[in-house]
Amino acid sequence: MIGYLTLILLCQLCGEVAVGALGLPVPGPVLGMAFLFAFLLIRGQVPDDLSTTADGLLRNMSLLFVPAGTGVIMHVKLLSDALVPLSLAVAISTSAAIVVTALMMRLLSKETPDE
Amino acid sequence: MNSLAETWVYLSASPLFHLTLTLAAFQAASFVFEKGGRNPLLNPVLGAVALVVAVLVLTGTDYGTYFQGAQFVHFLLGPATVALAIPLYRQWHRVRESALAIIASMLSGSLAAIVTAVGVLWLTGSSSALLASIAPKSVTAPVAMAIAEELGGLPSLTAVLVIVSGIFGAMFGPMLLNLVGVKDWRARGLAIGTASHGIGTARALQVNETAGAFSGLAMGLNAMATALLLPVLWGLFF
Repeated sequence: MIGYLTLILLCQLCGEVAVGALGLPVPGPVLGMAFLFAFLLIRGQVPDDLSTTADGLLRNMSLLFVPAGTGVIMHVKLLSDALVPLSLAVAISTSAAIVVTALMMRLLSKETPDE
Repeated sequence: MNSLAETWVYLSASPLFHLTLTLAAFQAASFVFEKGGRNPLLNPVLGAVALVVAVLVLTGTDYGTYFQGAQFVHFLLGPATVALAIPLYRQWHRVRESALAIIASMLSGSLAAIVTAVGVLWLTGSSSALLASIAPKSVTAPVAMAIAEELGGLPSLTAVLVIVSGIFGAMFGPMLLNLVGVKDWRARGLAIGTASHGIGTARALQVNETAGAFSGLAMGLNAMATALLLPVLWGLFF
């Protein structure tokens, strides 16, 4: 368990270092995801203990956004000044992105039955 | 009374109180979400943020003090993002067989997000700093903030818009997808991840592993695509 937590942190660390050193346009953890993915491809399967460790993180991922979300209190003035246009823009744009992506995917890919 | 005040001074200076507050608020918000039949309007991230904000305002605590405790939770976002490699690996055969469709759909959605967000603010006569702040709002926060800065926006405002877009997509995305009749979990996950990054992905993972894997993939791809393409697009128009 601790071994695989170390592996996850190591992937993130390598990601952060590579992003910093090469000036890549992705965040360190996203590159870290690519590194862990490469490890799994080489390994050819997901070790049980890694699966247990990762599931604990992923099942509760929503919680992890609460501290960042609370940052909204620093922008109360700015947000209330432009509340209507900003709300409209977020609502319309997020909806548009969801609908366009999903419809394009349906158009371009063959439906496969879910497993 | 005096000792109570002393206890409060001690507690508010230690990270324990705000860490506990964050977890308790999320527990309470999740309880309400479950009791309310998983009604999307009771989104637990939104509920927990509202509870924490209420406590901070009532106790006159600033965000920096709160974050000293909350940072331990915030830190885990990095490892959780890395862990998304596992659902992605489990779905890899399905990703590979439709790789081109995935990239084309993600790019269309990414472009739709940018054009509509900037378009609405432009039509309502907002400042160019606001336009630049909202343009990257569908991308995961660290990337979105860096892009906003490059375009002349306000990175900290971008962070808020990113979070709000995430919560909005997690709340209303499933409803919208039902409305347009998309049932394929791959398309649903891809759509949520493109529009609502990690917050959407967290929600997708709770519903279906395929959707979660495709959502995490879309989040990563969109971060890369927006970081590379948005500054170029921006140069053409502004």
